[in-house]
Amino acid sequence: MKTKQSLAKVQKDVPCPFCSIHCDDLVIQNQSGKLKVKENGCPISVERFERPLAQSTPTINGKTATLDEAISQAAGIFKKSVEPLIAGLGTDVGGMRSVMELADKTGSIIDHMHHDGAARNMLVLQDLGWVMTTMGEIRNRAELIIFAGTDASNYPRFYERVVWNEQSMFNYDTAKRDIVYIGENLDTSRGKSPTGKKPTHLKCPQDEIGEVISVLHALVGGNKTQKKDEIAGIKMAHLEKLAEQMKNTRYGVIVWAPGELDFPHAELTIQNFCEITKYLNRETRFAGFFLGGNDGGMSANNVSAWQSGFPLRVNFSKGYPEHDLQKYATANVLKNKEADALLWISSFNPEIKPPHAKIPTIVLATADTKLDFKPDVFIPVSTPGVDHSGQMIRTDSVVSLPLKQLRNSDNPSVKEVVRRIAELV
Amino acid sequence: MLIKLSGGTVYDPVHGINGEQRDIYIRDGQITRRPAATVDIDKTYDLKGKVIMAGAIDMHTHIGGGKVNIARMMLPEDHRQDLVSRTPLTRSGCGHAAPSTLTAGYRYVEMGYTACFEPAMLPANARQAHMEMADTPIVDKGAYAMLGSDDFFLRMLAAKKDQEAIADYVGWIINATQALAIKVVNPGGISAFKFNQRKLDLDEKNEYYGTTPRDIIKCLAQAVNELGVPHPLHVHGCNLGVPGNVQTTLDTINSVEGLPLHLTHTQFHSYGTEGDRQFSSGAAEIAEAVNANPNISIDVGQVLFGQTVTASGDTMRQYAGHWHAHPKKWVLMDIECDAGCGVVPFKYRDKNFVNALQWAIGLELFLLVNDPWRIFLTTDHPNGAPFTSYPHLIRLLMDRSFRNDMLSTINKDAAASSVLGSIDREYSLYDIAIMTRAAPARSLGLKNRGHLGSGSIADITVYNNVKNREKMFEKPLYVFKDGELVAKNGKIVKVTTGGTHVLKPEYDKSIERSLKSYFDKYQTIKLGNFKIDDDEIVEHGNGHIIVQPCT
Ligand SMILES: [Zn+2]
Repeated sequence: MKTKQSLAKVQKDVPCPFCSIHCDDLVIQNQSGKLKVKENGCPISVERFERPLAQSTPTINGKTATLDEAISQAAGIFKKSVEPLIAGLGTDVGGMRSVMELADKTGSIIDHMHHDGAARNMLVLQDLGWVMTTMGEIRNRAELIIFAGTDASNYPRFYERVVWNEQSMFNYDTAKRDIVYIGENLDTSRGKSPTGKKPTHLKCPQDEIGEVISVLHALVGGNKTQKKDEIAGIKMAHLEKLAEQMKNTRYGVIVWAPGELDFPHAELTIQNFCEITKYLNRETRFAGFFLGGNDGGMSANNVSAWQSGFPLRVNFSKGYPEHDLQKYATANVLKNKEADALLWISSFNPEIKPPHAKIPTIVLATADTKLDFKPDVFIPVSTPGVDHSGQMIRTDSVVSLPLKQLRNSDNPSVKEVVRRIAELV
Repeated sequence: MLIKLSGGTVYDPVHGINGEQRDIYIRDGQITRRPAATVDIDKTYDLKGKVIMAGAIDMHTHIGGGKVNIARMMLPEDHRQDLVSRTPLTRSGCGHAAPSTLTAGYRYVEMGYTACFEPAMLPANARQAHMEMADTPIVDKGAYAMLGSDDFFLRMLAAKKDQEAIADYVGWIINATQALAIKVVNPGGISAFKFNQRKLDLDEKNEYYGTTPRDIIKCLAQAVNELGVPHPLHVHGCNLGVPGNVQTTLDTINSVEGLPLHLTHTQFHSYGTEGDRQFSSGAAEIAEAVNANPNISIDVGQVLFGQTVTASGDTMRQYAGHWHAHPKKWVLMDIECDAGCGVVPFKYRDKNFVNALQWAIGLELFLLVNDPWRIFLTTDHPNGAPFTSYPHLIRLLMDRSFRNDMLSTINKDAAASSVLGSIDREYSLYDIAIMTRAAPARSLGLKNRGHLGSGSIADITVYNNVKNREKMFEKPLYVFKDGELVAKNGKIVKVTTGGTHVLKPEYDKSIERSLKSYFDKYQTIKLGNFKIDDDEIVEHGNGHIIVQPCT
C-alpha cells in the first residue's frame, strides 16, 4: 500500500508525463504539497503540474464509497460482463501492465483514447514499414526538416529541444537548418531560426498533402510528371525546388502527427511519407518522425505489443489475443454495442471525458475530472510522474523515462486499482 | 523442502560426469549434498532411465527491446498463425517469429531452458529492454549493452583518449544500463551508415571519425578485459551476409592478438566467393581458425527453413538486405546517437541455393569446430530461425542419418557444394550438455549455474531418453527452476518470476563529469534519467537482480 514519502522540496531533472516528447529537465518545487514549475516549463506542463491536488472520494452510483467497496463493485461489473471494453488507457507502463492482466483474465477489448491517430501509423507499419529517426538524431543531424500537416505546436518544446538547439554534434550550424511546412492552418512562426531564417510554407489542404508528397516522390525519382503548373495549389517550381533539397540534404526528416491528419484514409498520406523516405535512402539519408501518443499512448501500444504480441486494439474474448485496428476502436465497439461494460482510464488530463456509453461504466480518472454523467463506479486515481513514480515511453518508441513522485496523494495508482480488480475477478 | 531426484542418468560436464547414474538433492532452491540417512526426504522423483542436465542457457536470443517490439507490431499475420490461449496458470499471447514476452518465457521453460540473454540492448533503449525482460516469466534474463557506434565512444576513440578512460566509460555503461556484457555490432558501421556510408571493412574508416572497426574491436575487447567482465567482447562483425566475408572474420580473429573474443552468429560471417554463383562455404576456414585460437568462442546463428524476421542493430547491412524482405515490408531506425536497428522479415527456402547453403554452413561450423566449450547453440533467434526450432537443430547435430536425409532434400547445388555429407561427427548428450549449459554459463561468468554441483542453483531439466532427439528435447519430462517444478511433459505447471543477471564493474566515477556535459549538450535525456536503478527492475514485483562478480 501507499506510504507517505518525505519528498525533496525542489526536484531537478523531472520528466514530464504530459506530452509524449517527455522533456526531462524540469525543476519543480513542492511547497506544502503545492507544485511549482521553476524551470523549463511549457504551457502544458505548467498548467498540469500546478493544478492543486483535488480531493474526491470513490463513488458507487454517485454515492460516496470506500476504495475497497468501489473496487469490489468494479470487479462485480467485470464478472457480470461478457464483453468488457477497457479504454482511455491514460496511464503509464505499470498501469498498463495491470490492464493487460485484467483484460486477459476477463476477455476484454483494449484501446487507447488517442489511437485513431496511432492506428493510421500502425496500418502503414504493417503494410509497408518505414525508416524512422529519434529526437537525438534530429537534434544533432537534421539539415532539412519537413513538417507535413503539423506545426508541432501541441509539443511546445519540440523546437527548443531538437530544432533550434544551440549545440549539435557534427559541427553543424543548426540555425541554417531548412524548415519546410506542407499543409494548412499551420503556425509557422516557430520555424523561423534564431538568426531570422524563414521557413518555407507550401500551403495546401491537409487531405491533399499525400498528393503533394507523391508528386515530390516522382520528382526525386526523376520522373517527368504531369505538365501542370500547380499541385494542390502549390506551384510546381516550388515542389521542384523542394525535391532538389530533399535529394541533396545529408540528413532529412519528415515530421508528421498522425492524430492531426484527421480525414478519411489519412493512412495513405502517411504511406506516402514512408514511401518517399524509403526511396530517398537509396542515395542519401532521410527518415520519418512522428509526434503522437500523448496520455500514455506510446506506453500502452508498446506494452500491448510485448505482452500480447499485437499492438493496441486487441480483443481477448476468445481466450487469445485478436488484433484489429478498425473493429476494436472504442467508437466502433460502442456504436455496434459490442461491449456490455466499460472501464475508462485517464490519469493525466482532467479535461478528457469518458464516453457516455449507457452500459455499466467504471471510471478511473484524476480527482478533478468533471463527468457529464454518473458512472456506476468512479475511483479518483493519482497521476504518474506527479503522485507516484513509474515509466513512460516517448513518442519515438525508443527512449523511456523514469517518472518521479513529486507530492503525496491519497489517491491510488491505476496500476494498483486495476491489479486489485484483476485479483477479484 | 528436500527433494530427491533419484537414479537418473546425469550429464554434468563441469564435474566431468558423462552419463552416470546419480542422485541429486534439492533444498531451498539449491542443489545440496546427500543428506544424512536420518533426514526425511519430502519428495522423491524416480528418474531411472531419464536423462538429467542443468537447465539450458540461451546466450544469444533477441527476446526484448525496441527492435523486437517493432517486429511484433509489424507482423500480425505471423502471430495469427500461432495464437496462444490463456489457461488457469498462464497468460495468453502468441508465438512464432517475434513471440510475446509471456509466451517466450513459457516456451523456453517448456523446452528445458532456464535462462536467456538478450544480446543487443541499446543503451538508449535499455529501460524498455528491461521492462520486456521482466515481463518474460520464469526464466532468468540478462542483456549485453551495445557499444561501438555510439557517438560518445567514437568521440573518445577519435580524440585518442587513453584506454583507461574508455574502460571507465564502458564500466559506467554496464552499471547504468544494468548489463551483463558488452556487444559491438558492425563496429562503427551503424554510425557510418548515418553518414551515408554503405559498407565498412575491418580497416575502412568511418568518414566522420576516422576510426576503423579494427580500432573499435581492439579497444572494446581490451576495456572489457580490464574491467573484469567475464564474457569476452561479443562481436557481430563487419560485412554480415556479404559473400567473401570469411576473410573479414579471419582478420577479426587475428585483430585482437590473443585477447578473448566471442564472435556471434558466425554462420552469417563465413561466406566465400567460389563457384558459379560466387557464394560458397567458408566454414572450414573459420573452424580451423577457431580450433587454433583458444581465445575465440563463437555461436552459430543456424538458419532453419521457414518464415522468420531478422532484427538487428546493423542498419547498414539490414538496409542492404531489405530488397529480400518477405513479406515486402521493413523498418530501419537511426537511434539517439547511440545505435540503430533494422527489422526485415525473411523466409528461408530449402530449395533456394543461398538459403540452403546457409543452412549447410551453419551445420558445418557446428561439426568442424572441435571444442564444444567454445561453440554455442543458437539460431540468433529470430534471425536464423525462431528459438522453438532448437530441438530440431539438436537432432541434426546428434543424428547423422537424419542430417543426411535432410541434406538430400535441399537445393541440389548447395548440397553438392557443401562438405556436410562427408562429415561423420555426431554430437553426444555430453557435448550437448556442454554447448547448451556448461559452456554458456562459464562464458558468461554464471558460477552457480550450468552445472549440478552442490551449492548450484537448482535449475534442472529431466528428459525422457528417446532415440528421436528432437522429440526428446522438445518436451522434457520435468523442468525445475530455482528448485521448483515449473514444467512437466513440456507444459507449464507453475509460473514463477525469474531474475536478471547484471554486473557491477568498478570504474572511475569521474567519467560522469564529461558524460554529464555530453548529455546536456547533445542528448535528449538527462544523465540521471538515463541510468536505471535496481528499484526500477524489481518494483513491479516481476523480477529480481542477480549481481554476478567480475573476475
Ligand atoms: Zn543476434
